[in-house]
Amino acid sequence: MKNIPVVYRREMASYFATPLAYVFIIIFLTLMGIFTFYLGGLFGRGQSDLQPFFVWHPWLYLFLAPALGMRLWAEERKTGTIELLMTLPVSTLEAVAGKFLAAWSMMAVSLALTFPMWITVNVLGDPDNGVIVAGYLASLLMAGSYLAVSGFVSALTRNQVIAFVVSAAVCFVFLLSGFPLVLDFFRPWLPASMVKAIAAMGFLQHFDSIIKGVLNAVDFVYFITFTALWLYAGSWAVENYRN
Amino acid sequence: MSSRVEVHDLRKSFGTIVAVDGISFTVDSGEILGFLGPNGAGKSTTMRILTGYLPPDSGSVSICGIDILHRPVPAKARIGYLPEGAPLYPEMTPASFLGFVADIRGITGNGKAQRLARVAEIMHLKEVWHQPIETLSKGFKRRVGLAQAIVHDPDVLILDEPTDGLDPNQKREVRQLVRDMARDKAIIISTHILEEVHAVCTRAAIISRGRIVADGTPGELEAMSEYNHAVTIQVRADDAVSLSGAIARLPDVRKVDTLPLADRLVEITAFPAGGERIITGISRMLQEGSWDIVEVRHESGRLDEVFLSLTAGGAEEAQGGAR
Ligand SMILES: Nc1ncnc2c1ncn2[C@@H]1O[C@H](COP(=O)(O)OP(=O)(O)O)[C@@H](O)[C@H]1O
Ligand SMILES: [Mg+2]
Repeated sequence: MKNIPVVYRREMASYFATPLAYVFIIIFLTLMGIFTFYLGGLFGRGQSDLQPFFVWHPWLYLFLAPALGMRLWAEERKTGTIELLMTLPVSTLEAVAGKFLAAWSMMAVSLALTFPMWITVNVLGDPDNGVIVAGYLASLLMAGSYLAVSGFVSALTRNQVIAFVVSAAVCFVFLLSGFPLVLDFFRPWLPASMVKAIAAMGFLQHFDSIIKGVLNAVDFVYFITFTALWLYAGSWAVENYRN
Repeated sequence: MSSRVEVHDLRKSFGTIVAVDGISFTVDSGEILGFLGPNGAGKSTTMRILTGYLPPDSGSVSICGIDILHRPVPAKARIGYLPEGAPLYPEMTPASFLGFVADIRGITGNGKAQRLARVAEIMHLKEVWHQPIETLSKGFKRRVGLAQAIVHDPDVLILDEPTDGLDPNQKREVRQLVRDMARDKAIIISTHILEEVHAVCTRAAIISRGRIVADGTPGELEAMSEYNHAVTIQVRADDAVSLSGAIARLPDVRKVDTLPLADRLVEITAFPAGGERIITGISRMLQEGSWDIVEVRHESGRLDEVFLSLTAGGAEEAQGGAR
């Protein structure tokens, strides 16, 4: 596993050698701001917490994560550098992990730069900062899950547009599967336990309970397991779709 | 002692296309083996299997005694590889890119700085060391590609069409670089340019439709040509008929071709029967006769003719020798 940091550093350097990193961070922050203040009405609720900020994350990540993840492998396949990378003495898992961690760090940096909102709610009121920390953590873990899916899809194609669209679609399925509308559709004809299982597979249920302050290890374990499984699938895809 | 590279009965198909159809060979230290074949012959696919990029359907590859399928990482550590088209990360500089390769290959500390400086010197990269690769000329890009393949001074060097797309000066330069590195390495280089075989290879394998159809030194391959030991004479057109008649009557001459040239000259080629040297008899005859001779040549064989006859029908593009 000693090559994970080497791959990671190369990826990070690439983000910052091109405008990609800056463009991504600016768009991330702009969207977060617009959704939180205009659509979420952070200040209009007479409540000091970051709920109106966090509730948008599952939706915004729907295309922010594929935007980062689509290039992870598709670009290497397109330019042929995958042949260079995978004939170096680096294991597939090391390469997958290094790339994932770099993309995840971009998410983490962007998310960290929303700290002025945290300061603001603390200045204006007296929020439960424990819940806010949990919210940030949940958001970061969920971003990792979206990225792991995007990385897997990216390993299957050399076309970044296809990688973007398919990743967003797959993530959308996992987002929707916790949604009342979808669950109501299944409820009349599936046993309750199945409906519960479908809900438990999706992002939303786990994310919502954390940001509402219900801290349950299961929800964190869900995101970590989900990410690990998709990373493993990504490693399989890189190994088996070489040309 | 086993060879640096040992390849046994490789096979690889893509759907219904059989790209590699039972290829076996070995390469020792100090050898430069040329893969010679028309486009689509299976050269790149073979190299991708050797370097562990693609798994074969069957067969085995051992690099310095290490099986690439079972222990890919240590085997890859012994190989330097330039993939076809020399792909590179465009946004990186030679410094950052070669630094990355050195890191992955576990070259660290003082050794790393020294080795990178040495590689920059060998490949003449100093002037572009901190320039983004995407802004470099084709010649420089290719040298960066070669540089990444030799950062760790590998035992085995595999280069897929390293001179493709370069101008004649750059081609010559790359060939020189390859020859210079040959002493202590086993090198495999693919090409569809015949002159390259003479320029760099100690041995050549002609590949057609995924099979090795001939394997030997450039001289041995040329000896397979019907031109081997043939004699070519340029003569004034007035004397052509009588001379070709006289040559045809010599023993050991199997066949005589005549080809009219410009300036009222005719070229007569005499082919030996059974690989005999016929130059002695012919030159004696020419001295005794009174034909108006312009030039006499002893042929050592023509690689392009061997290439064409061995790869005919197996080529998408069989005129590789014309380049
Ligand atoms: N990934 C692939 N998918 C399908 N066919 C392929 C693939 N790679 C190579 N081929 C086919 O295999 C044959 C050999 O190709 P290649 O090894 O690239 O030949 P060369 O390098 O000698 O030009 C060709 O017919 C080519 O079209
Ligand atoms: Mg090729």
